[in-house]
Amino acid sequence: MRKIILSAAAGFVLLAAGNAFAAGGAAVPPAKDWTFQGIFGKFDRDQLKRGYQVYKDICAGCHSLRLVAYRNLMDIGFTEDEVKDIASEYQLPAPPNDDGDTIVDGERLMRAAKPSDHFVSPFANEKAARVANAGAYPPDLSLMVKARKKGPDYIYALLTGYKEEAPEGFALNEGMYYNEYFPGHQIAMAPPLMDESVEYEDGTPATLDQHAKDIVTFLAWTASPELEARKSMGIKVLLFLVVLTAMFYALKRRIWSDVH
Amino acid sequence: MSTSSFNNPVVKWIDERLPVFTMMQHSAVDYPTPKNLNYWWNFGSLAAFVLVIMLLTGIFLAMSYTPHVDHAFVSVERIMRDVNYGWLLRYLHMNGGSMFFIVVYIHMFRGMYYGSYKAPREILWIVGVFLILAMMATAFMGYVLPWGQMSFWGATVITNLFSAIPLVGQEIVTWLWGGFSVDNPTLNRFFSLHYLLPFVIVGLVVVHVWALHTVKSNNPTGVDIKGPEDTIPFHPYYTIKDFYGIGLFLIFYLAFVFYAPDFFGEPDNYIEANPMVTPAHIVPEWYFLPFYAILRAFTFDVLFIPAKLAGVIAMFASIILLAVLPWLDRSKARSARFRPMYKWFFWIFVLDCLVLGYIGAQAAEEPYVTIGQVATFYYFAHLLIIVPLVSKLENPRPLPESISAAVTKSDSE
Ligand code: HEC
Ligand code: HEM
Repeated sequence: MRKIILSAAAGFVLLAAGNAFAAGGAAVPPAKDWTFQGIFGKFDRDQLKRGYQVYKDICAGCHSLRLVAYRNLMDIGFTEDEVKDIASEYQLPAPPNDDGDTIVDGERLMRAAKPSDHFVSPFANEKAARVANAGAYPPDLSLMVKARKKGPDYIYALLTGYKEEAPEGFALNEGMYYNEYFPGHQIAMAPPLMDESVEYEDGTPATLDQHAKDIVTFLAWTASPELEARKSMGIKVLLFLVVLTAMFYALKRRIWSDVH
Repeated sequence: MSTSSFNNPVVKWIDERLPVFTMMQHSAVDYPTPKNLNYWWNFGSLAAFVLVIMLLTGIFLAMSYTPHVDHAFVSVERIMRDVNYGWLLRYLHMNGGSMFFIVVYIHMFRGMYYGSYKAPREILWIVGVFLILAMMATAFMGYVLPWGQMSFWGATVITNLFSAIPLVGQEIVTWLWGGFSVDNPTLNRFFSLHYLLPFVIVGLVVVHVWALHTVKSNNPTGVDIKGPEDTIPFHPYYTIKDFYGIGLFLIFYLAFVFYAPDFFGEPDNYIEANPMVTPAHIVPEWYFLPFYAILRAFTFDVLFIPAKLAGVIAMFASIILLAVLPWLDRSKARSARFRPMYKWFFWIFVLDCLVLGYIGAQAAEEPYVTIGQVATFYYFAHLLIIVPLVSKLENPRPLPESISAAVTKSDSE
């Protein structure tokens, strides 16, 4: 009897905990299969590279990725030279020159970014970002996957969940777009992806579905770059613990055999 | 002074001057322990184990953390990304907090079921109440440090509670904040206190265990130790049992750390704190939810006490009241095993706490508000009415002669 009550109680705790995180408005994003899910989850390197390409070609126009450094791209399969090239395409404000000036001929001195620099943001600050986006602020995407409930599923659903027309009777504001999965359904981001938004170098068919999956995988990596190390360490640690605990148990049985 | 019985000359030399080895021999080796303790008695040592993990991971985290509103969030992400095994440290610490509360809540319910708070263990129990209060303060301030949205808004909501205090409320809040809102001074002092309080907890644990070793452990039958036939030495019997418990516990704990590290967290806390944007739902960490439900149950004034103040008083009272439990429960029998009525009310009380936890996570709307009010009423009714009344009305089943008599009759349960 007590066992039943206990397991019921334990179940209840988990339910309540789960529920605490499940509140919210819009449609529930359907669960998708992701390679990085589960105990043996891993990122697909090719997919990460495609996702990076989607970010770079599309999202980077509006969204920053401030927690990621160019050198981190080596972890997803770019070579050191490639990373140097990638970084050098971006400009950052330079330190003062030998005369102590940062502005020469009315122009801010700039320098090329280095692999150790973090991704250069598309806008100087929030205000500039808002001005360029009709008052809306495109949030930083580094942690987006962890900052939304069911992050990967949600972002996939968001990117593929635009409707050309708002349903009858829905008052869509000027410059807003109707999205099934965005809380409140009005989002200031125009549909960023469609079929053939990006041409993949590896020949993968450029469908909206593929783009969305690839960028979500890439953003899952930017949010949890430790994921693979964590999961593979987890297996080893837990296997070790199971053996150790079994040994403790056997020893406990032996030591206690003379009691009772 | 002490004539030590150790053979090793170095140990002997030290022990004759400072009897640490004698003390260890007494309290961790020979210490007579009831021979019938079940696995619910593992949770005290588990709590101590988690405390050590929290201290160690916390100290290393603090080496790379920056308590400044402009840097805190990013410094935590640096730990996650750039510090070697920083993600492991942080996930251990984050989930360790939740584990600490799981373990200690079970530890407390164990005490309530087996009547461990009763004479002569009142002080042991009261020190426990101080411990849970200190743990809550520590956890609350720790949650503010990563400076995410929930950190900031949770801190704002909870510190604002003090404004309910009549006359000086607002002054107290300003004083707590070190300014006119939760800001850099608040973050700084919270970091300082979050580092300090765990050591206060260590001190309290020492007193806790001291009291325990003075009165000895209770046991599942609740009857006193009558003689040496009732006990076994702590080592090796309970050392190995505690190790086994730690093994099982680590499997549970690390499964979260490695495979669901954000299970107990709020996604909103991965958004940097922003005083201009209020999150849709501000919810505290899960272990505060029952108390949050009690706080919010007071939607009406109680006599001359305004609703907000009543909620705050009730919330603190719900924990502090536990300290007088030894005097509310007048039953001669300790263990619920021999208390047919109390046993049921105990489980209803556990259920009530779970309901409160569930309600604490819901938005303040019907039917949750009413359920929360009923559950809050029941929480206090249990402690103030049911426990005293049951202990008067109930006829406990006959207690066993002694621990060893009970053990020879039935081994398990
Ligand atoms: C033209 C600029 C622009 C581009 C390009 C763009 N976004 Fe956005 N995005 C925005 C704006 C503006 C918002 C804020 C929307 C709002 O709050 O209504 C936003 C919001 C978001 C959000 C947050 C939604 C939420 O739950 O709050 C995500 C996720 C997102 N964008 C992903 C992407 C991805 C992935 C891409 C690239 C495929 C992308 N965006 C491309 C402008 C853009
Ligand atoms: C930091 C938190 C705590 C630690 C490290 C701790 C540690 C311990 C340890 C090691 C024991 C002996 C083993 C056991 O009986 O499980 C114990 C016993 C006990 N603790 Fe705690 N404890 C903590 C919090 C609390 C709290 C919050 C309470 C109650 C409010 C409490 C009440 C008791 C009681 C009554 C006993 C005696 C139990 C018995 O003998 O039946 N403890 N504690």
